[in-house]
Amino acid sequence: MSSLSPLLFLILVPIFSALLILIGANPRSTSILGSAVNLLFLLALVVFYRPMEVGYQFVSSFPVVPHLGISFTLGADGLSLVMLFLSTVVTLAAVCVAKSPDNNPRWYYASLLLISSGVIGAFASVDVFFFYMFHELALIPTFLLIGIWGSGDRQAAAWKATVYLATGSFILLLGIIGLYLIQPVETRSFDLREMIVNAQSGLIPDAPGVYLLLLLGFGILVSLFPFHTWAPQAYACAPAPASMLHAGVLKKFGLYGLIRIVAPILPDSVQRFVPLLLVLLIGNILYVGYVTIAQRKLDWMLGYSSVMHMGYIFLGFAALNQLSMTGASLMLLSHGLTIAVLFALCGEIRERTGTLDFSELGGIARICPKLGLSFGFAAMASVGLPGFVGFAGELLVFFGAFGSGEPKIGIIDGKEVFGLNLYQIATTCAVWGIVISAIYMLRAYRRIFMGPLPERWSRLPDLSGFSRAAIILVIAVMLVLGFFPQILVNLATPALLVP
Amino acid sequence: MISPIVLEVCVVCLGIFLLMAESFSVKSNKVVLAHGAIFGLLSVFVMSFFIEANPAQMQSSGFYVVDGLSLFFKRFALLSTIITLILAVDYLPIVQRLVPSAKPGAGTGEFFVLPVFTCAGLMWMASAADFIVIFCALELVTISLYVQVAYMRRSLASLEAGTKFLILGALSTGFFVYGITWIFGMTGQTGLAEIQRNLTINTEANQMAILFGLGMVLVALGFKIAAAPFQFWVPDVYQGAPTPITAYLAVASKAAGFLILIRVLEPFFTVVAFQPKLILVLALLSGLTLIYGNLAAIPQTNFKRLLGYSSIAHAGYLLAGLAAIGDAFAGRAVVFYLCGYFLMTFLAFLVLIPVTKATGGDDIAHFNGLGRRSPTLALAMLIAAASLAGVPFTVGFFGKFFIFESIINQHFYGLALIGIVTVASGFYYYFKVIRAMYWMPPAEDAAPVTISRLSKSAMLICAILIVVLGCYPQLLMRILP
Repeated sequence: MSSLSPLLFLILVPIFSALLILIGANPRSTSILGSAVNLLFLLALVVFYRPMEVGYQFVSSFPVVPHLGISFTLGADGLSLVMLFLSTVVTLAAVCVAKSPDNNPRWYYASLLLISSGVIGAFASVDVFFFYMFHELALIPTFLLIGIWGSGDRQAAAWKATVYLATGSFILLLGIIGLYLIQPVETRSFDLREMIVNAQSGLIPDAPGVYLLLLLGFGILVSLFPFHTWAPQAYACAPAPASMLHAGVLKKFGLYGLIRIVAPILPDSVQRFVPLLLVLLIGNILYVGYVTIAQRKLDWMLGYSSVMHMGYIFLGFAALNQLSMTGASLMLLSHGLTIAVLFALCGEIRERTGTLDFSELGGIARICPKLGLSFGFAAMASVGLPGFVGFAGELLVFFGAFGSGEPKIGIIDGKEVFGLNLYQIATTCAVWGIVISAIYMLRAYRRIFMGPLPERWSRLPDLSGFSRAAIILVIAVMLVLGFFPQILVNLATPALLVP
Repeated sequence: MISPIVLEVCVVCLGIFLLMAESFSVKSNKVVLAHGAIFGLLSVFVMSFFIEANPAQMQSSGFYVVDGLSLFFKRFALLSTIITLILAVDYLPIVQRLVPSAKPGAGTGEFFVLPVFTCAGLMWMASAADFIVIFCALELVTISLYVQVAYMRRSLASLEAGTKFLILGALSTGFFVYGITWIFGMTGQTGLAEIQRNLTINTEANQMAILFGLGMVLVALGFKIAAAPFQFWVPDVYQGAPTPITAYLAVASKAAGFLILIRVLEPFFTVVAFQPKLILVLALLSGLTLIYGNLAAIPQTNFKRLLGYSSIAHAGYLLAGLAAIGDAFAGRAVVFYLCGYFLMTFLAFLVLIPVTKATGGDDIAHFNGLGRRSPTLALAMLIAAASLAGVPFTVGFFGKFFIFESIINQHFYGLALIGIVTVASGFYYYFKVIRAMYWMPPAEDAAPVTISRLSKSAMLICAILIVVLGCYPQLLMRILP
């Protein structure tokens, strides 16, 4: 217990790289080197991880505020390793595709690295309080990244995102304080392990108020309908690497928190508010889905599509069974990787053409075949084609959710009934979402990469250098895990505590 | 071991000595005075660790207490005076321009000496346990502050600020004395300990009158800590006063007000009949102050004025902590918040003064492009603004967290909800400064920003403490009374 956790290394490498950059090291090479070291180190950790053992490994703990039971506790189990893997891969890809801006490149890379260390810290924390604190580390870098190096109406986007995120995280903080205070006085703790022990021994009463605070707080951070409006705007205006980190990794924080903290501790409250949550997540899938179809620009479309896909993961959480939550964890990873590639490619297109308007683009695949091929891969993965992780995830979520709740079919109380329960209705609506995402993704692909090539785009360069390597890396990960999702399932399932 | 009263005596002697030195020395360099004052106060600060805690002859006196809380606030006052003097040294060129004098540099010596007397008053106040002593110490502080606020005689804003502060300050003093007389009339005592004893044997009929007296005292203290609805003087006075004095008002004067509030309310909290009423009043004041301070700060464009509203807002959080005093931990949460407030407010002012000197103004627009002109200053301001807003890994976050933990534990859900709105608006107006520094291009004609070595080291210490305490608050928690 007393030894230092190797996870601390993962958190500190980006921070030190950021400091070095601010002091005077070469921004681009330092950040690529730092993120690559982090990824390799994480892979080494995965090798040393003992999947047979239950509970957290690599644990180290350091009391910070003893009388409130706050301690800086790091640890990882299968699910957190999956999320840490996502964070490090996307960080590496993000700094690789980042192009040094003209003004202040040091702050640009340092901000990206700070976001990265924030998400790594959040996923490596066992203590709920530090889980929250690390997430907030990303707030100021995000504000700076969108506000300084963004495009379009960047100032409005940065303000909106910051105010939403600050409000959401403060509501979340109140929820976390509530979670702490509903525990019995003698055993109060912010340590997730102790909270779960308390919950399992029946010491934590049902607390709908606390649950609503947590749902609202996490919901705003994950862009749950109707609190989603900050997200598409922010992602559309942010520079590509910032959108990759934010949409790909940071936003997963909220869902990870719901699956990790709320599901095992307040299952009764979750059950009680399932109808509300189902309505909201269908809003995410159908309403935002149709809004996505209506978009005329690639960046906005991707922003809305990332909001829409959160609906599936919420469905996995709401169904609250082993199958659906495993699917949700898979989708956390798959969506993170997919949206990161899509935003990276979106940034590449913007850099080449200066526009993302569908009406001005066309036929680019002819001249940039690698760009077109990778976009095709990522678009298919986003729709949920078999062969990518997303397919396995969606399938598990749908199966899990459809089988949840009381069946309303067959002979009940001597009467023959034929109907669907709430979960089944929601799942049916959600399956329709796949059609929606196929529509907008395929249409975007056709508009940008197919058709006649306008004269002015006839000299565009194809993907090359570090950005090509980064995109190939992420797509390769998507494909490998898509064919062998069992690796992820084996890692994540023991970590999921299903009530 | 040194008798505790020696500390105040030393500070007063230091002030008199500096005044003499100013009058009789031929040297016109007044900065030496400031350095002397800083050195003298630092020595007193060191001395404060060697004094005898709670000596027997003091216990029986009944008007002067030496407990952990008072020692803590004495050190708080000393340190804030030292930083104010560091600020004042930086600010000297502006003062010299705005003070009429026969020859250049004359008439600025008192600018460094007056804070020393204020400091003595603050230290007396920390130990005062009798309404008469509280009143005298309070007047020593306030009267010397009147002079300091109106110090720049050629600046209309400073004169206006001085007049407003004088009139409203005198009014609040009137309320204070009036309140004391009612309490004295009902309990026959001015010492807080005796009042507490008499309160317990008081008849029910007298309670109304005592509450009335206490209400008057609360009004007066509300002026001092800038709680709504007694906050009207704050924006104008903060904007008009010389910047170091604004910082002094914002930190030391407010902290002293809270200390007095804690001391005065203590005996009344022990009476069961008063407790719910007092808590209700404090919670109402806190809610009003939070809403007013945060919402009115949103449209501000002047940075000093913004800090004025922000100081009202912080008073609201502190009052919320006092309202939750039933929680065993709330008292320490309030003191922790005050310390965090000390660090981040002074850091903001330490950055403001070089910026004012370089650009000639203290609007938020004068911070434009600071990120490129002076990256270190901008980083310091970034840390200060983040901490004021309550971003994690800064001391401001833990301050808010502890306060909110206490108030939720005491079931003040309404205050917690107000807190959501106010924290969100806080993010907005503090981030306006960050936006100006990093998003906006610098003005064409801006002079280069220079920082003196003294204020650079003060800045460094503040910034490091903000971050360190934001990661490991226990460091400070352990030594809190």
